[in-house]
Amino acid sequence: MTTDFAAQGADLELVGIRKEFPGFVAVENLDLKIPAGEFFALLGPSGCGKTTTLRMIAGLESPTQGQILIGGKNVTDQKPHQRTVNTVFQNYALFPHMSVLENVAFGLRQRKVSDPVAKAQAALDMVELNHLAQRRPQQLSGGQQQRVALARALVNRPALLLLDEPLGALDLKLRRQMQIELKAIQIEVGLTFMHVTHDQEEAMDMADTVAVMNQGRIEQMGAPEKLYDRPKTAFVAKFLGQSNIFVGEVAEADSTKVSISFKGHKLTAPAERVEKSQGKVAFGVRPEKTMFHESQPQASSDVNILGPGTITDIRFTGVSNQYQIDIPEIGELTVFAQNVGKSPVVELGAEVWVSWRVEHGFGLADLPSGEEDTE
Amino acid sequence: MAFVALGGSAPEAVQQAPRKTGRVALLLLLPGMSYLALFFLTPFVSLVLTSLKQPDPSGVIGRYDFGFELGNYAYAVTQYLPQILRSFSFALVATVIALAVSYPIAYFIAVKARNKPLLKGLLLTLVVAPFFISMLLRTFAWKQIFSNDSWIVNTLKDLGVFGADSYIIGTNFAVIFGLVYNFIPFMTLPIFSSLDRLDLRLVEAGADLYANPATTFRKITFPLSLPGVISGTLLTFIPISGDYVVASRDFLGGPETAMMGNVVEANFLRIQDYPTASALSVMLMAAIVLLVSAYVRKSGTEDLL
Repeated sequence: MTTDFAAQGADLELVGIRKEFPGFVAVENLDLKIPAGEFFALLGPSGCGKTTTLRMIAGLESPTQGQILIGGKNVTDQKPHQRTVNTVFQNYALFPHMSVLENVAFGLRQRKVSDPVAKAQAALDMVELNHLAQRRPQQLSGGQQQRVALARALVNRPALLLLDEPLGALDLKLRRQMQIELKAIQIEVGLTFMHVTHDQEEAMDMADTVAVMNQGRIEQMGAPEKLYDRPKTAFVAKFLGQSNIFVGEVAEADSTKVSISFKGHKLTAPAERVEKSQGKVAFGVRPEKTMFHESQPQASSDVNILGPGTITDIRFTGVSNQYQIDIPEIGELTVFAQNVGKSPVVELGAEVWVSWRVEHGFGLADLPSGEEDTE
Repeated sequence: MAFVALGGSAPEAVQQAPRKTGRVALLLLLPGMSYLALFFLTPFVSLVLTSLKQPDPSGVIGRYDFGFELGNYAYAVTQYLPQILRSFSFALVATVIALAVSYPIAYFIAVKARNKPLLKGLLLTLVVAPFFISMLLRTFAWKQIFSNDSWIVNTLKDLGVFGADSYIIGTNFAVIFGLVYNFIPFMTLPIFSSLDRLDLRLVEAGADLYANPATTFRKITFPLSLPGVISGTLLTFIPISGDYVVASRDFLGGPETAMMGNVVEANFLRIQDYPTASALSVMLMAAIVLLVSAYVRKSGTEDLL
């Protein structure tokens, strides 16, 4: 075998990848470029094609169309064992008939790397499991197995490390801890990580770049803060955090501002935050960017105001409360308010107006499904 | 598909010691224990006693008195050493061939046909189908197929592979062929059952960790199917060592292929030399117990089972 092994991560490029299974298309025309050394998250609901994408990169599935390039080299036709890629599998897939140490040394032995045992031990040291080296995987806890799986993949110093929802089976506290450790390890070893997950918090927390995938396509890609601040499609606006979305015809549009008329109200957003300024357009705002007022606020060109409505539900989440406000003719809105003063800020059944600053709104490129609805 | 149930992936039993071993448990064990006492222990004691009997002073054929004649064993060994050795070498060769034939079948059914329940059920049925016909009839059918004026023998003669006076029946080939044929299902089913439970994600993990398909098989698939291979080889080797049908002159065997089973049969039923037949049986049993325990220990399956 004449495969080169990277001390550093390599960049990954997917060109026009398409994967069909009998009866459905799992991945549709996917183009993607991940720079070397980046922590990349592929985020999406189950069945969106993210795991299929990962399996194609690992070589466990072959694409119907398109090319996969790792470090600029076309690996589309390479078998999994020929690719400088390692995977941390969702169920860890540790070999039950081998000790933890032998599991970690497996890849090194296949590549005939010198001194595999010492290197495997060093990798186990890194995940703080050296004392369990002689155990069988099934004698370890879920979190420990996860670390073994990580060590088994990382010890090979792959150009690209694929993580297939590796934290899914862990409880919340352990998951948070592993997220921090995983991120620290990625920075330390400098490899390219591709993390597949359906947990939006996990993706935003760990990744440099997040790609949101839906129905076999990437809806939007970018830094987590950017994606959250400026979702471009209704799916992203709802899957990544929550959004209040309003659909209406464009009433005014100039170089700085776009307004829609939404059930008799004029809603405005900055032109540079709006994807589309003609016809029917969906505007959105994040619930934490909205505020309520117990008396009608002064109308201003800087603020969008809706109301009055009634508080129908208050959900306590610790640092903040989530309020549901039902405005007649308009529908339900969600508002988050920090519990800095008294909690709840307003009582159930109170009459309130809702406002948000124009610069916090965003305009989407598409309409939410069941387009006339407001949320 | 009734046979799919054979390989159903049952969840692994939780390691838990029974909390009570009370009278109910003993009561439930009673039928099984009495069965074993009646049908295993009694004949075994009788067999050992018979193997030590000495000829009756009257000299009547087939009449023996109780005694402690260890010479029966020495006589059996010196008299029948070739058959004893033949039994074990036939059993070994037939087991190895049966393994080579059965493993791919079991692998195909359990792994390649895993997501095709119809094909899987059909193939399993085909593996078990020979059991629907008596083993004697099937072996007899092979006698016909291999007989001296059969088309196989004639074709081989026409092709010049065989000389004018060549034959198949009565040769080592015919006997080993018959043994392999009869025991393939016993080898296939346990291996299938092991491979059916094989987590294919482990095979993918092997490929992901730079092992080529051959290495993945050698290091992952095969070791994980070892419990099935062990049970299959035991279920094949043990009965073949004592088999007396295939190698008998009435079926595929001849004067040169007699195995221990045939000798025991001849001594019991024809010569009426019960002590020698019993001594041979006891030795066969002891040899199998020794071989099998050495084999199981060597393959280190206690860990896997």
